[in-house]
Amino acid sequence: MNYEAVIGLEVHVQLKTRTKMFCGCVNAYGGEPNSQTCPVCLGMPGVMPSPNEQAIRLTALSGLLLGCDIAPRCKFDRKNYFYADMPKNYQISQYDLPICLNGQMELMKECYPKDAQKDIQGVKQVKLTRIHLEEDVGKSFHFENCTGVDFDRAGAPLMEIVTQPDLNTPEEAFAFLSTLRLVLLYGKVSDADMEKGQMRCDVNVSIRPAGEKKLGTKIELKNLNSISGARRALAYEIERQKQALARGEKLVQETRRWDDDAGVTSSMRSKEMAHDYRYFPEPDLLPIDTTPWLDEVKRLVPELPMARKQRFMQQYQIADYNAGVLVADMDLADYFEKAAAHAPNPNAAANLIVNDLMRELGAASLPITQSPILPKDIAALTTVVESGKISSKQAKDVFAEMFKTGKNPDAIIAEKGLSQVSDAGAIEKFCDEVIAANPKIVTDIRSGNAKAVGALVGQVMKLSKGKANPAMVNEFLKKKLS
Amino acid sequence: MSLHTLTLAQAAEKVRRKEVSSVDLVKALLVRIREVDPRVQAFLDVNEEDALEQARLRDRESPSGALHGVPVLLKDNMNRRGTFCSCGSKILNGYRAPYNATVVERLEKAGAVFLGRANMDEFAMGSSTENSAMHATRNPWDLERIPGGSSGGCAAAVASDMAFGSLGSDTGGSIRQPAAVCGCVGLKPTYGRVSRYGLVAFASSLDQIGPITKDARDAALLLQTIAGHDPRDSTSLPDAVPDYSKALEQGIKGLRMGLPKEYFAPGLDPQVEKLVRAAVEELRQLGAELVEISLPHTPYAVAVYYVIATAEASANLARFDGVRYGHRTSEPSDLLDLYGRTRAEGFGPEVKRRIILGTYVLSSGYYDAYYLRAQKVRTLIRRDFGEAFKKCDFILTPTSPTPAFKLGEKANDPLQMYLADICTIAANLAGICGISVPCGRTGGAGKPLPVGLQFLGPSMGEETLFRVAGAYEQVCRWDRNPGL
Ligand SMILES: [Zn+2]
Repeated sequence: MNYEAVIGLEVHVQLKTRTKMFCGCVNAYGGEPNSQTCPVCLGMPGVMPSPNEQAIRLTALSGLLLGCDIAPRCKFDRKNYFYADMPKNYQISQYDLPICLNGQMELMKECYPKDAQKDIQGVKQVKLTRIHLEEDVGKSFHFENCTGVDFDRAGAPLMEIVTQPDLNTPEEAFAFLSTLRLVLLYGKVSDADMEKGQMRCDVNVSIRPAGEKKLGTKIELKNLNSISGARRALAYEIERQKQALARGEKLVQETRRWDDDAGVTSSMRSKEMAHDYRYFPEPDLLPIDTTPWLDEVKRLVPELPMARKQRFMQQYQIADYNAGVLVADMDLADYFEKAAAHAPNPNAAANLIVNDLMRELGAASLPITQSPILPKDIAALTTVVESGKISSKQAKDVFAEMFKTGKNPDAIIAEKGLSQVSDAGAIEKFCDEVIAANPKIVTDIRSGNAKAVGALVGQVMKLSKGKANPAMVNEFLKKKLS
Repeated sequence: MSLHTLTLAQAAEKVRRKEVSSVDLVKALLVRIREVDPRVQAFLDVNEEDALEQARLRDRESPSGALHGVPVLLKDNMNRRGTFCSCGSKILNGYRAPYNATVVERLEKAGAVFLGRANMDEFAMGSSTENSAMHATRNPWDLERIPGGSSGGCAAAVASDMAFGSLGSDTGGSIRQPAAVCGCVGLKPTYGRVSRYGLVAFASSLDQIGPITKDARDAALLLQTIAGHDPRDSTSLPDAVPDYSKALEQGIKGLRMGLPKEYFAPGLDPQVEKLVRAAVEELRQLGAELVEISLPHTPYAVAVYYVIATAEASANLARFDGVRYGHRTSEPSDLLDLYGRTRAEGFGPEVKRRIILGTYVLSSGYYDAYYLRAQKVRTLIRRDFGEAFKKCDFILTPTSPTPAFKLGEKANDPLQMYLADICTIAANLAGICGISVPCGRTGGAGKPLPVGLQFLGPSMGEETLFRVAGAYEQVCRWDRNPGL
């Protein structure tokens, strides 16, 4: 039977705020355990939460980036469950009145896995159900005889984005997470690095016979620690469900854990063991009115990657592929725009960046922000090639030198004496010298062996130390020997 | 005159005039405590050395704050840095506060000296202080009787001159009811008037800190010191703090006094009713105008309260789990065992009862029938008061339907115990302010027992309450010495 997978995502994103969600502690973890804590985020008796307005605004901004409706009024709720890394044994979250509702996001072609980009059919829109804000929990560390808890992450602002079950393949899930990450980076909302835990994702997946309307049994996957891991886990899980159904088994609603090393999912808990979170309105916090500052947040909405790509193609006349590669990294796109501003031919600059610069940066494991070559020097290099000052072959050498030394192209050309000689008088003088020195070849050519010209061209280039403009040399020799 | 019988305002005045030192005041109270507290058992902790040291520091400063050098007593559920704070529970065994509650900071700024910790019902759950995990406290007027609760330690200490004044907390009557049965003044401010930051939460939407004092002036003085907006408590109100002591002298000519018929229902002790009715007459003679009012949803208040308060408590008390502070069971086999045994050993029966009740009313499938419905009725109760305050400026009721009952009398009947708060609970649900002032003592056989009169005011109506309490105090002369 032909099955179709139905996938929905719940993505947790850590917000880039200065302080935690409900206290003044610095929002930074990974240092000395429990070094960024205070009575509030440790859940000491008697403490109260003070909401971080920056976090609330960043969540609203995320909603605007993702086409959501921003609730004029929202509130916080308590989500009750016991765990050692949760200081109060309830989490302040949002239940029925989240900051953002609805919304949708288009999957960017460039954000699909490289090997799957050729199979993309059409443009996929993924609808969002909601985005809400909550506090993160601490982190447990299990030792041989005990468990330690680091509360530095506890109380960090955490945004949860919930999609509708609009995705159908692991590749689309991959593309969703990559596109989402890009959009959030553009909004400067989060660094959204899954491998650093800044973005975490739970997946709901079920399968049903193609064409069937009714949804199959929903399985929740946890512990997906990278975007590619999410893709692998989904591929495994969909296949597992297909095989189970093929064997005539009945799937049960459950939560399964992905083991990335083993490449398998295994059951964590069944639906019967699901928590009853006993949500109720957080009495320590007042409802939030977003209207006084929403316009201010609206002004922070940047040009998004899709729009930027379209603009690049129109404004700079660059190819779809190059534009896609450039906008897929906000810093790279910024770099390109700085170079394009000074380049006579922005497309040449785009090629240089997408092909040569990216290759060298990749080899040196450097991000674009640490490129040894300044954007204006990329522009300068395309300028000297365009004007014929150096050949495109020389340009390769100049680029390599620029990358190595960080010097500008003019300095390198001057230093190495690379400037191409296009002065007719000088070239004619070289040609005359070579003709005089090679009477035998000259005779050959004159008696009909046109190919022998090549040997003379080579001699002229050698004499000019490679600087003579080869096209002009050819011209002169042909004229003189015809 | 012995120093311990001074009021808070008198003590402050004497220090300001350098007639006595802060050390003199502390020493006088310590002598009194040593003499009386073995019988009353109002204190959980009297830190003599710490109090004397604070007093010595204050004596070296030039008096500036309104309470300079004056000892005050805190209920055991307010955090003061470096000192124990147990909420009358074993589960907070060994916990020392790592920070100061906002009220502690404000008292400190006013120059107050902290005397110790007053006994209370465990986590403020109770009306008799019998639910303290440490020991029961006795009513100074009759040592066989309860001092009320949950702030019973504060009220008993103030009534027996072991403290000049104190701060209690009131979730359903926990300041007003013990003040009434011990013969003190007890004020529950408007919800949000005083920061709750640092008060160990019982029911966050109902809790409020307030004074238990010997007279209305002292209550005004303490409220003046602790009231006002606090950015650390999002629910605290931004309104400016008026001069409360000024209101004491303003008189009540022309004020409309509402008498809700629902509060004079069967179950009200006849002696209490008689004293309250007499007070109504006295207030009329002082110029108040009597208005009959109705608060029709009053009969539902106790039920609503026990749904909302327990729901909030079930979450608020979840943090006491043995992981970070307080009691931890020995040799737990795993996390679940750690939670289960720590909480089984640490919490007393009333606290467990309320956590279970609160967990139940929030559970999936029951939420709408209990919690949500209770919130709806709470809105109706709030509206009742809104309507009533269109017709009157303040409402007069008994504080407690009975005088202090005997120790153990209701200990095994939680429902009977819950009814002790029947006159006070609605104010917490509505978020309005209320004050209990003594209106006399019972007569007849047995020892005389104080009876309290409650004035309820609208939100931010504390000035009105002080006007009424100040005026009434002038005419209600009664012997407030329990004879200990
Ligand atoms: Zn903190």
